[in-house]
Amino acid sequence: MKKTNRRQVLKLGAALGGGLAVRARAEEPAKLGKPLSGYGERSPFVKSTRFTRQSKTPEAGSSSTPLADTYGILTPSSLHYERHHAGVPNIDPARHRLTIHGLVERPLVLAMDEIRRLPSVSRIHFLECGGNSGAEWAERTAPDVQRSYGLASCSEWTGVPLSLLLAEVGVKPGASWIIAEGADACRMQRSVPMLKALDDALLAYGQNGEPLRPEQGFPLRLLVPGWEGNTQVKWLQRLHVTHQPHLTRDETSKYSDLMPDGKARIFTLVLEAKSVVTFPSGGQRLPSPGLYELTGLAWSGRGRVERVEATLDGGRTWQDAQLQEPRLPMAFTRFRLPWRWDGREAVIASRATDESGYVQPAREELIAVRGRNSGYHFNGIKRWKVSVDGSVANAEA
Amino acid sequence: MRRLSGLALTFALALAAQSPKYGVGRPPGDSDIRSLGIIVAPDGTGLPEGSGTAVEGREVFAAQCAKCHGEKGEGGVGPALVGGQGTLATPKPRKTVGSFWPHATTVWDYVNRAMPFNQPGVLSHPQVYAVVAYVLYLNGIVEERQALNAKSLPKVRMPNRDGFVADPRPDVKRSPGGLTPPPR
Repeated sequence: MKKTNRRQVLKLGAALGGGLAVRARAEEPAKLGKPLSGYGERSPFVKSTRFTRQSKTPEAGSSSTPLADTYGILTPSSLHYERHHAGVPNIDPARHRLTIHGLVERPLVLAMDEIRRLPSVSRIHFLECGGNSGAEWAERTAPDVQRSYGLASCSEWTGVPLSLLLAEVGVKPGASWIIAEGADACRMQRSVPMLKALDDALLAYGQNGEPLRPEQGFPLRLLVPGWEGNTQVKWLQRLHVTHQPHLTRDETSKYSDLMPDGKARIFTLVLEAKSVVTFPSGGQRLPSPGLYELTGLAWSGRGRVERVEATLDGGRTWQDAQLQEPRLPMAFTRFRLPWRWDGREAVIASRATDESGYVQPAREELIAVRGRNSGYHFNGIKRWKVSVDGSVANAEA
Repeated sequence: MRRLSGLALTFALALAAQSPKYGVGRPPGDSDIRSLGIIVAPDGTGLPEGSGTAVEGREVFAAQCAKCHGEKGEGGVGPALVGGQGTLATPKPRKTVGSFWPHATTVWDYVNRAMPFNQPGVLSHPQVYAVVAYVLYLNGIVEERQALNAKSLPKVRMPNRDGFVADPRPDVKRSPGGLTPPPR
């Protein structure tokens, strides 16, 4: 490491006109850096932030993760996408309670410290808004990864399996749905099928080694791995166990998919396999021909990503990208492919296959089946065009 | 979504019905549940006492809703609540309470828990019945003097009641080229 640094300094000195930089360094004593701090900040040279859409009601909007600026599979908590319906409540965890009632033998009120006493697990899962990439249904799509794919993020979540608490309260026969409700101003609620709740749902209080961020539901949220983000109710205050879905506003008038025949699909909960190339991608520029690492993210609500193929010629030929291990179920998977750009126009895309055998479809195939007005759950292949001047832009019409 | 297979569910419930293992928490009292607020099922379970008509709701709407949703529910800062019937299968569908929402109970529950946007919970239960009646009246779904209450509201038939279908995915099959539709 040191050797490299010295070589770089010498190189720099040579570039500046021989010895100048080295001499200046010798004449001025070094300055001390910043002292220790209680809570870390990133380098002032790193500026990447969430993209927030302008809104007259900013409490009910969304902000998107700059996926093209992230490495690996984890999203920094401070950059995790947001989607709120009535603002972020400021909750004192000492006063927060979770109430489980309805068709149960022993209804319970639980304080946060009681929930944290229960056996816990940590799992890495992506979260994606059902409306992510909604712009891709339209004639004109969004210009970059952040604005079109940024309502997806991936974190390590820590909490209690919901199945454990359902055993503790004793679910009564006939109970088949759970109505989950938040403590935000609008008491956001969604109906979650009992089978999924018993399978792998979590009551999460930890995110990436810390307590949840307020924007992610502090102090407690529901985590429903692989399903649309809206089901993963934040600021969770109630689980009402019942025999029917409540057909709430956010599972009927919203997050349902309107088909060309005028019918809307309801409870389209699982997120199908999806991927996007984050480099090179819209808004970026390649300084010159030569070697680059094509990279991106893939995920599936049906389990592990088995394969990601990349094309450099607009889909005529495909080659397998390398997948970063470990590949975890319902988590981001990083893919990479070394690529020597010859300076000519190139149309680049990725295509994911998950462990169920499902292959990510082309955008045109998706639109052919679902039309342009379904609004939610877009998972089609995304093409980027590299022009001869090195600029990269959205290649969709 | 996984199919709720009867056998699997019975098995899962048998597991869930074990005796308590950890002994955490306390049983909620009636006041605990009440303080959480009302939660309404599509069959009307949970609807509180009270009653309201569109005539009464007109005033509530003007005071609490029109600022965002327009004087006649035509929309503004907030979404349109009225119109759009017959547009769902067209290139420019307009999804409103009148054209899209399948259950009147959902309208009541949502208004009660989440509206008005900047002050949810400010409306009394009779006011919620009244303002829901007014929105349904503007959509031609109820009469102006029709009283909505816990009994009558679940019986209101919304125009798009049968407009929803189950999730058929995976619905898009892979074509050999991947980026272009398969050759015929």
